[in-house]
Amino acid sequence: MKKYSVIFMLLLSMLIFASCSQTASTNQNVIKIGVNYELSGGVATYGQSSVEGIELAVEQINQAGGINGKKIQLVKYDNKSDASEATTLATRLITQDKVVAVLGPATSGAFMATIPVANQNKVPVISGSATADNVTVDDKGVKEYAFRICFTDSQQGRAVAKFALENLSSKKAVIIMDSSSDYAKGLAEAFTSTFEAGGGTIVAQEAYMAGDTDFNAVLTSIKGKDFDVIFIPGYYNEAGLIIKQARAQGIDVPILGADGFDSPKLAELAGAEALNNVYFTNHYSSVDSSSVVAEFVEAFKTKYKKEPDAFNALGYDLAKFVADALGRAEKIDGESLKKALETTKDFEGVTGTMSVDENHNVVKDIIVIELKDGQQYKTYRVTE
Amino acid sequence: MKGTLSAQLIRKLILVVLAYAIVQLLISVNIINDYLQATLTTICINIILAVSLNLITGFTGQFSLGHAGFMSIGAYTCALIILKNPTTYNFLLGTLLGALLAALVGFLVGLPTLRLRGDYLAIATLGMAEIIKIMFINMDKITNGPRGLSGIPRFVNWTWLFIFTVGTVLLIRNFLKSSHGRACIAIREDEIAAETMGINITWYKVLAFVIGAFCAGIAGALYASYFYFIKPDIFGFLKSVDILVMVVLGGMGSISGSILAAILLAVISTLLQSFSEIRMILYALILIIIMIFRPQGLLGSREISLSAFNRLGKFFAFEKEAK
Amino acid sequence: MEQLLQQIVNGISLGSIYALIALGYTMVYGIIKLINFAHCDIYMIGAYVGYVCMAKLGLGFFPSLLASMLVCTLLGVAIEKIAYKPLRNATRIAALITAIGVSLFLEYTTMFFATANVRTYPPMTGFMAKTFKMGNVVISAQQILIAIITIILMVLLQLIVKKTRIGKAMRAVSLDKDAAELMGINADSTISFTFALGSALAGAAGILVGVYYNSINPLMGVLPGLKAFVAAVFGGIGIIPGAMLGGYLIGIIETFVAGFGYSMYRDAVVFAILILILILRPAGLLGKNTGEKV
Repeated sequence: MKKYSVIFMLLLSMLIFASCSQTASTNQNVIKIGVNYELSGGVATYGQSSVEGIELAVEQINQAGGINGKKIQLVKYDNKSDASEATTLATRLITQDKVVAVLGPATSGAFMATIPVANQNKVPVISGSATADNVTVDDKGVKEYAFRICFTDSQQGRAVAKFALENLSSKKAVIIMDSSSDYAKGLAEAFTSTFEAGGGTIVAQEAYMAGDTDFNAVLTSIKGKDFDVIFIPGYYNEAGLIIKQARAQGIDVPILGADGFDSPKLAELAGAEALNNVYFTNHYSSVDSSSVVAEFVEAFKTKYKKEPDAFNALGYDLAKFVADALGRAEKIDGESLKKALETTKDFEGVTGTMSVDENHNVVKDIIVIELKDGQQYKTYRVTE
Repeated sequence: MKGTLSAQLIRKLILVVLAYAIVQLLISVNIINDYLQATLTTICINIILAVSLNLITGFTGQFSLGHAGFMSIGAYTCALIILKNPTTYNFLLGTLLGALLAALVGFLVGLPTLRLRGDYLAIATLGMAEIIKIMFINMDKITNGPRGLSGIPRFVNWTWLFIFTVGTVLLIRNFLKSSHGRACIAIREDEIAAETMGINITWYKVLAFVIGAFCAGIAGALYASYFYFIKPDIFGFLKSVDILVMVVLGGMGSISGSILAAILLAVISTLLQSFSEIRMILYALILIIIMIFRPQGLLGSREISLSAFNRLGKFFAFEKEAK
Repeated sequence: MEQLLQQIVNGISLGSIYALIALGYTMVYGIIKLINFAHCDIYMIGAYVGYVCMAKLGLGFFPSLLASMLVCTLLGVAIEKIAYKPLRNATRIAALITAIGVSLFLEYTTMFFATANVRTYPPMTGFMAKTFKMGNVVISAQQILIAIITIILMVLLQLIVKKTRIGKAMRAVSLDKDAAELMGINADSTISFTFALGSALAGAAGILVGVYYNSINPLMGVLPGLKAFVAAVFGGIGIIPGAMLGGYLIGIIETFVAGFGYSMYRDAVVFAILILILILRPAGLLGKNTGEKV
């Protein structure tokens, strides 16, 4: 009888050992920041890209002497694109590794799954790419310890619709959206309501699943309809192929997208000649002459030997954004950091100049980029 | 004889209560902190899943690749109920309802497909799980589509977790010890021979399938109410494979094997935290190597039972005496 | 009408890919009664070999096609020898679990070395980049190429199976392995040859997809693989013309479901077809129903 419980205790202690063995000794001269990203699994590319940006930023911060003399130490875990793992890891980072803030996860759902843990332990979680509208605020009010530095879906969806109505004078739109993605769903809804309110009509709404490669069937079926613009809420992986196949079928109306388009892969997938008359909303343009952007692009290319995409830039900004708040915080703890984050004003990032509003979202400009022959050709500002 | 049996029962009961009390104590003095509790929850949910899949695959010999589908039904049902009305009573109601719905779907799917041979059944159940997933993605109004349900209140604590896990294990164990269980095992060994012996094979296959689905539904409900968030992708093919790995590793036809495997894999997963791709490669290798060298899994169909511990205890006691 | 024609063209080019993959499933299943889950990952490896040849080594399309078929042949045979052969007499579930293991192994090893990122084939030039218009129906040179290569490979396969000695051996082993062995047929090498043939076709499908869609990733095989399997079952598993028929039918059905605006349910429809076929006509469209032998 005793033996049974002995075995049970043994297994339990094995677990405790397994989880504790990795806890590093606490060092007073470093600031620990948790990184809780999708490094493997379904959306690994978003997580990996974000972390590349974060690591570049932290390297720069530490080389420049850290935050008030203290270096940043990243504690990096992989949540395997699994929301429950994200919750577990947020708990681990906060209660066991005693980090002062957790960066990530990249997707809205996984990020929201970590917020209750943050609120309970009073340690902020900040995401660079959780765009769903209800991430930081819902009908119960603002989620105290959750922040983000990206646009919300409705901000972007509205901007795209406005651009279509005002700059392109479109009246009839077709939406082809990624039906497996929350991001696409949010964008599509915001676009539809603004576009219809502005006198436009949605002629057809088609869907695809992330990972699809053949869109010919859908494109053929919309070809017979009367429309003057296509909106593709979704990511570059599929959007690139949709644009390519649409142009090959002879559909040459303007194609609109959001920041999910921002990747050098888009041009590779679609081919340069297909990328004409394509517009997407974004945080910044790589042809932007501002020094912050140019420096970032340069440093990124040197370190990773490739062009940065939106996730890289957001990850970079995310780390700098938190570092900025840490520099202003009274003490290095979760509560002071939260206060510092709330009072962020005109933080100059690669993805725009940001101020945090009362809903823990950032206010920043949205720009629209026009692609010509696969190159960023022109940028437009959209006023809210 | 009867006296010793009930004495044994009491002993077991005391043990179970003791195990519960020890962990509860450790939680209250924070030796088991939040993070370990989360890991413990994962382990318990995985135990329920692995043991219930073992009933279908290990004991009855019906290869199912759709266990995550049943889990999702339980998760969504429970989540929708407690999101609307967050009380403990509703949590229990949701769990029960979720499990019943999962069992119902298991019945509807199982009745026609269980006539299929092993490998066809695997593909059919896989297809079924995919269809369930696509339904959840497209039932936007109810399930919030691909965005999933967030902000699910947490009702699962160690007490509920323990009750449900022990309950499931006992349910399946007692089922297997009964004549129904022996019928299931006979079907695994030789379907045609079993039928000749007068066993209604379709009935028992469906029965095992329904019980397995019911338990998977419970696991789903616990998952939803602990991790705050669910969405259709969580319950995909890879989740089913995860559960299968546990069953295969522990032993096809061993309840204690499944329990051990669930714990072992949680520990491996924690240790390999920073090497995630290696983790999947390792899982793949575990599957291949076990199948080639020990197709019955680590424990095979043996059980680590109380008497084994007793024997172990006696063995040590004997050594002491010898000294 | 034009739209219908265009959809059929779309369906056929998609179906060709399914048909090529389905052939591998159906041959292996016919001969050792195993759903070779790893088959769809051989297809993925084929696409990656093509990528390396065309994007990194700068080879042309046809040399790359041969290279990827060759690599996949070797890989297929190696997988058979290492993972499946020891389990020839084990239970079906054991073999199936091993197949899932091999599949995961290939996927995640590729992911480990090549990362999860999408890779793109170099842009096509010359003939391969052309499109042809007939009225409003657009056909690209790549679609024609896919259809032609698929048909050539299938005819070749049919010739091998029907006219050669080794083809005869394959048919004999699939009918009754023990009896075939008694007749002096080397079952082991016949099975290896089957894997080789199926894998070569999967490799060809991989590179065709790479050229046509221009996008490959380590998990690209999973869904097409499942659908190709559905195609094989649909046509009648173990029957080579059945796999072709199934492949084209699934391709066209999928295209029509998406074309009518139900693309969210496209995959669900394919799986529903599978379940219906399994229940109503488990032997498939071209198969004969036979009772199980005791």
